[in-house]
Amino acid sequence: MAASHRTARVVSPVRPRFDVAVWSYMRWSGVLLIPLAFGHLAIMHLINNVHVIDACFVYYRWAMVGWRVYDALLLWLAYIHGLLGLRYVIDDYVHQPGLRRGLKGLAVVLGVALLTVGSVALVGGVRVTELPGGC
Amino acid sequence: MKVKLRVQRFNPERDARPWWAEYEVEVEDTDRVLDALNYVKWHIDDSLTYRRSCAHGVCGSDAMRINGANHLACKVLIRDVVTDGGTITVQPLMGLPVIKDLVVDQGPFFQKYRQILPYLINDEPPPARERLQSPEERARFDDTTKCIMCGACTTACPSFWANGEYIGPAAIVQAHRFIFDSRDRGAADRLRVLNEWFGVWRCRTIFNCTMACPRGIQVTRAIEEVKALLRSGKLG
Ligand code: SF4
Ligand code: FES
Repeated sequence: MAASHRTARVVSPVRPRFDVAVWSYMRWSGVLLIPLAFGHLAIMHLINNVHVIDACFVYYRWAMVGWRVYDALLLWLAYIHGLLGLRYVIDDYVHQPGLRRGLKGLAVVLGVALLTVGSVALVGGVRVTELPGGC
Repeated sequence: MKVKLRVQRFNPERDARPWWAEYEVEVEDTDRVLDALNYVKWHIDDSLTYRRSCAHGVCGSDAMRINGANHLACKVLIRDVVTDGGTITVQPLMGLPVIKDLVVDQGPFFQKYRQILPYLINDEPPPARERLQSPEERARFDDTTKCIMCGACTTACPSFWANGEYIGPAAIVQAHRFIFDSRDRGAADRLRVLNEWFGVWRCRTIFNCTMACPRGIQVTRAIEEVKALLRSGKLG
């Protein structure tokens, strides 16, 4: 009898899939964040600097929708990547089940709040009345 | 050559905390650290306590922390670990409770081993002779068959240090050995365990396990293969 030459066996997909999704997300967002974060660093800290960057700078930058998409991607990818990282840290170091759940809940609430603030700013843009003279 | 052996000692019946003992030992540079420990036990201080059995890197009982990295004392040569000053530090494995001196409680470690069902699972009626397997199918899990359950990998893992509930690299290596065996049908059961929050997802790809393994097993690779399988659901 010849040995069976199976090329692929399917094992029933394991549930829940949440950690599988998190794992994939961490990798994909990580890869995307490399150019996004370094691009941001270059524009905001190397090419320009804190003395140049004011509401006027942001107004003109965000006038181009592409930059808003860039910033939105950076905000969401990085923030969720960070929150999921925090989840790992909490699971690693907090060993009391109640406290662990509480801290994770708190992280989600604060995370959603900050993501909302960031998103509102991105959509709303800079108020023209707030712009400095000569802008 | 003369080496100074600094051994972390602890006797729960006497000591409030671990302390360092120092022994001057005359050794060959091609001797193993176990030879130096044996010399201390046989000629200097017979209360020094450690596990060893085969003395040839097969049984896995003498994994310990030598100069800050996990090794089998019976496999690592003096010349490969000795520092410039001629000192070698020896400590028990980290992350498991110390019973005495270099002996740790392996109970929690083997508890995790049992969780991944470390035996062939196959309810299909057995063939007249043996369950045949092609050389390629055998090669698929060859690396993880080499594991001797010494615990060097799991106790070198920072994730395990932080959270002792993590099932740990050794158990995952053992699970890999059966999951990727073409004769086995228990993959789904094992994957269910490894998908738990204390399973493979606690691995942060730090690679300490791979560096620690005295058998040269690509431990991190095995763990990543299990993660990839959890994602795809397809056994290649
Ligand atoms: S994988 Fe290597 S280090 Fe880990 S228990 Fe097996 S032999 Fe020891
Ligand atoms: S004594 Fe058996 S592996 Fe070292």
